[in-house]
Amino acid sequence: MSEIALEVRNIVKRFPGVLANDHVHFALRQGEVHALLGENGAGKTTLMNIIYGLYHPDEGEIYINGQKVTIDSPHDAIRLGIGMVHQHFMLVPVFTVAENLILGAEPTKGWSLDLRAAREAVRRLSKQYGLEVDPDAIVEDLPVGVQQRVEILKALYREAKVLVLDEPTAVLTPQEVEELFVIMRQLTERGVSIIFITHKLKEVLAIADHITVMRRGKVVGTTTPDETNEAGLAAMMVGRQVVLQVEKTPAKPSEVVLAVENLEVEDERGLPAVDDVSFDVRKGEILGIAGVQGNGQTELVEAITGLRRIRRGHVRLGGQEAPDRAPRYLIEHGMGHIPEDRQKHGLVLSYTIADNLVLCTYYKPPFARGLQRNQAAIVENAERLVEQFDVRTPSIFTTAGSLSGGNQQKVIVAREFSRPLSLLVANQPTRGLDVGSIEYIHKRIIQMRDQGAAVLLVSAELDEIMSLADRIAVMYRGKIVAVVVTGEVTKEELGLLMAGSRVEKVAG
Amino acid sequence: MNKPASFANWKIFWKRWGVGLSVMLVIVAAIVYYYIRSPQATEAVLASTLRQSVPLVLGALCGLLGERAAVINIGIEGQMLMAAFVGFLVNVYTGNLLLGAVAGVAVGALLGLLLAFMSVTLKIDQIIGGTVINILAIGLTGYFYKVGLSGHGKLNPIPLGPLAKIPLLGTVLFDNPPITYAAIVLVFVVHYVLFYTPWGLRTRAVGEHPRAADTLGINVYLVRYVNVVVGGALAGLAGVYLSLEAVGSFERLMTNGRGFVALAVMIFGKWTPLGSWGAALLFGFASAIQTQLQFGGKVNIPPQFIGMLPYLLTIIVLAGFVGRARPPAADGIPYEKEG
Repeated sequence: MSEIALEVRNIVKRFPGVLANDHVHFALRQGEVHALLGENGAGKTTLMNIIYGLYHPDEGEIYINGQKVTIDSPHDAIRLGIGMVHQHFMLVPVFTVAENLILGAEPTKGWSLDLRAAREAVRRLSKQYGLEVDPDAIVEDLPVGVQQRVEILKALYREAKVLVLDEPTAVLTPQEVEELFVIMRQLTERGVSIIFITHKLKEVLAIADHITVMRRGKVVGTTTPDETNEAGLAAMMVGRQVVLQVEKTPAKPSEVVLAVENLEVEDERGLPAVDDVSFDVRKGEILGIAGVQGNGQTELVEAITGLRRIRRGHVRLGGQEAPDRAPRYLIEHGMGHIPEDRQKHGLVLSYTIADNLVLCTYYKPPFARGLQRNQAAIVENAERLVEQFDVRTPSIFTTAGSLSGGNQQKVIVAREFSRPLSLLVANQPTRGLDVGSIEYIHKRIIQMRDQGAAVLLVSAELDEIMSLADRIAVMYRGKIVAVVVTGEVTKEELGLLMAGSRVEKVAG
Repeated sequence: MNKPASFANWKIFWKRWGVGLSVMLVIVAAIVYYYIRSPQATEAVLASTLRQSVPLVLGALCGLLGERAAVINIGIEGQMLMAAFVGFLVNVYTGNLLLGAVAGVAVGALLGLLLAFMSVTLKIDQIIGGTVINILAIGLTGYFYKVGLSGHGKLNPIPLGPLAKIPLLGTVLFDNPPITYAAIVLVFVVHYVLFYTPWGLRTRAVGEHPRAADTLGINVYLVRYVNVVVGGALAGLAGVYLSLEAVGSFERLMTNGRGFVALAVMIFGKWTPLGSWGAALLFGFASAIQTQLQFGGKVNIPPQFIGMLPYLLTIIVLAGFVGRARPPAADGIPYEKEG
């Protein structure tokens, strides 16, 4: 157990304007799960890209089994037994599982690919490590959790002894996370050492043998789950005490702002996704929509925000139905939207932060002057919001695409919150964010409620719903199966409702 | 329980191959019908179909090799034209057809190298890179071309022994000049390489998700270079076909848009060699019919309109079928390494 499988010493990596890794030390023992914990932009991914040969360190050494090595390319890393599962999967979507597995290290028969051997390899590895996958399935048709297994299989096929998992749980449902943990345990039992990158404290405490915390490019310290707890880790990550429990006063709901009546919406394939859904959200309250992902939440939010056609039913904002459900009408009547996919629907990644901050208002004074843009006003607005919402960026003219996830989310929040809102629709507002950012965004949402906005919060994280929402509507297979008052039900009861079983404790 | 299973199998089979089989059947029936009515004209049209399809299918193979590795090559026209010209010149001055052909192919490959350098290394917009090649070829060939040069013969048909004596099939398939044979063989070679070899798997991966290929230790730039250069050689062969096999001399702008039609052929063939071959035969047929109609003298349509046939077909095919085809995901996007 105590043999060192991989060690880095004094790694330094500079990017223009940032010191991404500042004399980093890190040691991975044989057969352990070693969590690398840190906020977005703390330098975790940079360090792993150095280990995998994608970046070249400016200083420092890497040792594998005590031997000093240089890793100039992924090719070297693979040769040295390092496998990496990237945060954004590196799978060719149109290839089969078997084809993805062998890509770059193909078994051959004469000049031909030996796809039979490839399928065999998938089956053998599947069996050996308990990772069930169909070798002939096309990757793009597979659920994310299974795609991740394919990624792990890819590394195992290359006989990886050290496996780097870069934020593997960010895209998974709670059940899939459980399955992943089981897989990780099986891997370590077979002698694989795992570096587990994450910023979720609970997961770290559940699975890691050792925990190394990074902050702003430096290693803050290494500890074990027995020696610390969530609060301790959060403080190490952020550098100050973090309030994990959201503080809020009881809601003072008044008139109805958003009224949804008998709403029916279809998904891309024309199948009913939202089925006869009705609910109200009142001024001064947060209504949480809980549910396992894929039960119609996405379509519901898109219908409410005017992004998807309604098949039947009504959505009224302040008692009025929007003509043609135009998003601009909704925006001008006080709807704010934090979309589920911030990169696809929340930001124009190739635009600057300043431009992204006026996406809802660019055509109105002061940002427009006749047909022209008022650059001075746009810059002034951006400087003020970046300061106010603590967006960490080298400049307001940096493109949104080059920011970290947390800062991208802050740009969206800043844009939406800088207008007077009567309704805020927040869909997975903290997905993939670190504790510091989560704390911040939670505070802002509560603040919005206290200022008199109605808030519709959709989240797959039950903890988030339970700590923020005043009332909770549970969605299951396109229907609202229950509306409950927070605090009157337990987490277990909510979990059961989310899984589709009926509990008669309906309120509001 | 046996019956429903086999019925289901048959249904799946029909769903997959039904349309193709029906079309094939209609084509064969039509050929037999016309062969009985007028053997000579049918043989002439079919033989001409095959030969007309040669530059198109070679051009399409060039295009799809590049695009499967995510490099769009709209310079096929220029590569063909330059190769046709150089191949012809070498033949004029050496009197050697083989040397001319080799020189033409080499020029095509060289222009492929130029395109690869511009689009892979310099990361210039690929459309502009291809256009540069087209303009370069038109300019150079136009400037250096002298009227009155005459070559030494052309590549002649090689009948394949007794096979060439089979009625209809023999004349159409087994009595062709070398590049025509080569084109047919190359269709299958490229198909094999692309779908059954490690190189093909890597090429397709580079065209779909270059970063994934990179993280697996595949040299994205090398894959793109090789594919574009080999593609250039194929386009060169198409050019040599025009000047040394089809005509036996060079004329200004003799490619006449075939490089662009080849791209339409490639898209219609859904970026696959076999599909492209089918599409090229369709276009070849349109050209063959056009010639037959013009010189058969039986119809009273102005020749200009008949001459439009292949191009009309291009427009119809592209407008009607492109929507369903799916190009490689990274097509046309230069790859930027990290770090």
